[in-house]
Amino acid sequence: MPENTNLTAERTAYLEGLVSRARTAAAVFTQYTQADVDRIVKAMVLAGLEQAQNLARLAIEETRLGVLEDKAIKNMVATEFVYNYVKDKRTVGAINEYPDRGITEVAEPIGVILSLTPITNPTSTVLFKCIMAIKTRNAVIFSAHPNAWRCCQEAMRIMYERAVEHGAPEGVFTCIEAPTLEDNHYLMHHKDVSLIDATGGRGVVRAAYSSGKPALGVGPGNTPVYMEKSADLDMAVVDIITSKTFDNGTICASEQTVVIDDEIYDAVLHKFAELGAHVCNEAETQLLSCTVIDPATGRMQPMAIGQKASDIARFVGLQVKPNTKLLVAPISGVGRDYPLSVEKLFPVLAVCRASSTDEALKLCMEVNRAGGLGHTAVVFSRNDEVIRKFGEVINAGRIIVNSPGSIGALGGVYNDMVPTFSFGCGTGGGNSTMDNVNVYHYLNIKRVARRTQAHMWFRVPNQIYFNMNAVENVRHFPSRSTLIVTNPALEQMGHVDIVRRNMPIETMVRVLAIPDAEPEVKVVMQGVEALNLHKSDQIIALGGGSVIDAAKIMKLKYESPDADLEELAAPFLDIRKRVVEYPTEKVNRVRLVAISTTSGTGSEVTPFAVLTDKAQGRKVTLADYSLSPDVAIVDPQFVMSMPKGLTVDTGIDCLTHALEAGVSIHASPYTDSNAMQAIRLVFKYLPIAYENPRDEEARSMMHNAACIAALAFSNASVGVNHALAHAFGARFGVAHGRANALMLPHVMAYNAAVPTKFMPSPNQRAYVAHKKYALMADLLGLGGKTVNEKVRSLIAATERLLDQMSVPRSIAEIGISKADFERAVPDLVKIAFDDPSWRSNPRMPLMSELVELLWRAYRGRGAAAEGVYDEECVVAQN
Amino acid sequence: MTKNALWLRIDGTQVTQGLQEACVKLEGCEGEAVLDFSGVSRVDAKAVQALEDFAAKAAAASVKPVLHGVQANVYRVLMLTNLASRFSM
Repeated sequence: MPENTNLTAERTAYLEGLVSRARTAAAVFTQYTQADVDRIVKAMVLAGLEQAQNLARLAIEETRLGVLEDKAIKNMVATEFVYNYVKDKRTVGAINEYPDRGITEVAEPIGVILSLTPITNPTSTVLFKCIMAIKTRNAVIFSAHPNAWRCCQEAMRIMYERAVEHGAPEGVFTCIEAPTLEDNHYLMHHKDVSLIDATGGRGVVRAAYSSGKPALGVGPGNTPVYMEKSADLDMAVVDIITSKTFDNGTICASEQTVVIDDEIYDAVLHKFAELGAHVCNEAETQLLSCTVIDPATGRMQPMAIGQKASDIARFVGLQVKPNTKLLVAPISGVGRDYPLSVEKLFPVLAVCRASSTDEALKLCMEVNRAGGLGHTAVVFSRNDEVIRKFGEVINAGRIIVNSPGSIGALGGVYNDMVPTFSFGCGTGGGNSTMDNVNVYHYLNIKRVARRTQAHMWFRVPNQIYFNMNAVENVRHFPSRSTLIVTNPALEQMGHVDIVRRNMPIETMVRVLAIPDAEPEVKVVMQGVEALNLHKSDQIIALGGGSVIDAAKIMKLKYESPDADLEELAAPFLDIRKRVVEYPTEKVNRVRLVAISTTSGTGSEVTPFAVLTDKAQGRKVTLADYSLSPDVAIVDPQFVMSMPKGLTVDTGIDCLTHALEAGVSIHASPYTDSNAMQAIRLVFKYLPIAYENPRDEEARSMMHNAACIAALAFSNASVGVNHALAHAFGARFGVAHGRANALMLPHVMAYNAAVPTKFMPSPNQRAYVAHKKYALMADLLGLGGKTVNEKVRSLIAATERLLDQMSVPRSIAEIGISKADFERAVPDLVKIAFDDPSWRSNPRMPLMSELVELLWRAYRGRGAAAEGVYDEECVVAQN
Repeated sequence: MTKNALWLRIDGTQVTQGLQEACVKLEGCEGEAVLDFSGVSRVDAKAVQALEDFAAKAAAASVKPVLHGVQANVYRVLMLTNLASRFSM
């Protein structure tokens, strides 16, 4: 019960009774079906139509405003037209289904609505709101204008009795007898009132919004009309007279000031006079201004509202013909100096001359601003450009074209707008909506969102050639001009000659040897210059990850010179929803053939490239499937002479790719098959390649493994191991593969444990990282009965593999002091957390967990003993 | 041990009448008054009023009012009318 009221105990009890009945009715109403409410609504509408004339008469008798015939029409529009709009609308239960999006919209009634209704349209507004409430299963307490409550109560009674007769809950409508502002205040703050729907003057709307309750507050307007020189003048003048005299101008959407192009101004005024309007002279306009507008407030005088033009003229002292419909008052501007430029809910129309379209639009905007923001505006024109411009500059929820403002804004008569008796005015009018208020504003619409699976993909280069002498396939690629991008060492080793030997004789071949380091912008631009100079149609990238990455970016800049590498490197969470798109329009076309000379990065098939920007001291990572080479050649002859250290580093990098892709949240059966095969190959052949570097089969299989693992992580991505290794490797200058090796067993144990924080992933139904590891252990035949045992055996096998190749097993072991490491850890965590690699990790890393992982890597060994996910334990604990 | 003073099955087609009868039977009862609502799929405003009366009378008689088998849509009405908290369910 609201506090601090001046109501008597008796009045309070009366209002509490209304709320209690409405609350019960609203609660009971929640059980009704669509068929129930549709049946009741139809019966109510028929009752309203039957009583349209009687209610109009009652309204006229009580309010002394408006025109009987027009009020009867309004009552009919409020029932018949509104019914026509709502009859087939679903407002109960599931109201909209979007199967392709997995979304169902479900209607939820609001409950108890406090509805304040105006004096100008009393019974029609009540009829309208009753229909809306029943259609949406809400209960309404009506608080009518104090000078219109009897006719409103009668309108409500007719609706209520017919509704209950057809099954509506008792108490669904109530109407306050002899309502006061204090009553409104009390109810607006009542906890059981869920929504205030206030249609009326400024004070009522303001009170509704300041109550703190959700409110639909729909207030006054000030409709500008632009009559442009191309308009159909006969139609325009008739429409304006029809609208402005309808119910003696009481509809707040009716025309207030008509801005007329200079060219047609005199003709328009002549037509107004011809059709029964009185065009005032200057003195009459002056007299009218100071009589019907309150000079103190600048607002219309209440005594004029809803009165006939002839009565107003008589009151003001103007000599007009007996059946004068409308008083037309020429004004020369808008604002406080021109009193008649405000809202006038009576048949007095201001007219204003404009010398150009721009001036006319400005005047209309000023009228709109003088109390009509967000409400209604009207334009008469045959010029679409003028209509478009008017629609753009005028702030009105209803912009009515070539039709009457008041009846047009009501909707459903002159246009296909939603029929209403409540005009939302948007934020300009201090309202929560700009719509024609309708049934959907009387509902809370719930969305039932079913889980959807994001589309996944498996994108790889079109052609991959592998096994010894696969390089021979370059002869199948016709090229007029080819640029071989490589590094000086490979050129010296004769690898470039091997490639050249296999190229078609007619191909002009140039070689660009670049430093064997992460490519810099200037190196890339040298390549682009060469490509342009030789008008190349093919690039052969022969080298490790750095060379192939450089070639990818050369291709990008050669094909799309305007590509902004800085912008393309913008971070993203989901490659399908990224903000920045890679260019699709290409100035040049070039084929990229990638021949890898290491067995680790898999850059020959990946869509990634890393660039060093020395000027700014940072790395730029580019990722897009358009960067993937067109052809990959995986020929082991180029890796037969790899030194042991490089064999180990690249081999462990390859294993890390496969292990991380295998447990990634983006893993799919497509990537799993590659990841699993790569793991099998690495465990089998890496030790052999390490021990017997000239073993052709081992080299060949490791070369394949690197490519296959890359096919997996190109589509499933990597994880937290890479994020940590990137940060640590860059800080302490440790080779990427070696940095991966230091983290790997610990990250596996970490991912296999119950996560502190799960990673949101619509593609995975459960946490499966530990099970995937167990599957890998099975594949390797490592033994173990439970998932836990299998995970531990996989970690132990990984540790054995590292030991077998004398890989340093702790950060301490590679000579980094504890003090140096301790100082670096906060930065390492920050950098690792910014690294996009972990975003596909199965477990979302907390920063504190990254710290812990780094320290575990510092201490090294013992990962197999670290806590892993033990389903048996979890079950036992539960 | 709690004794069931009253166990009454409410007919879904005559909810108000059933509740009024239950009110009469409350007189002289002890312990719990259990109303089996499993057959009630909808309540109207009169039934809501009758439930309020029943809860008030049970409280006055120090009897614990219990609703058994309340369907979800009926429970929603009881919640919205603040009646749910006046019954054990």
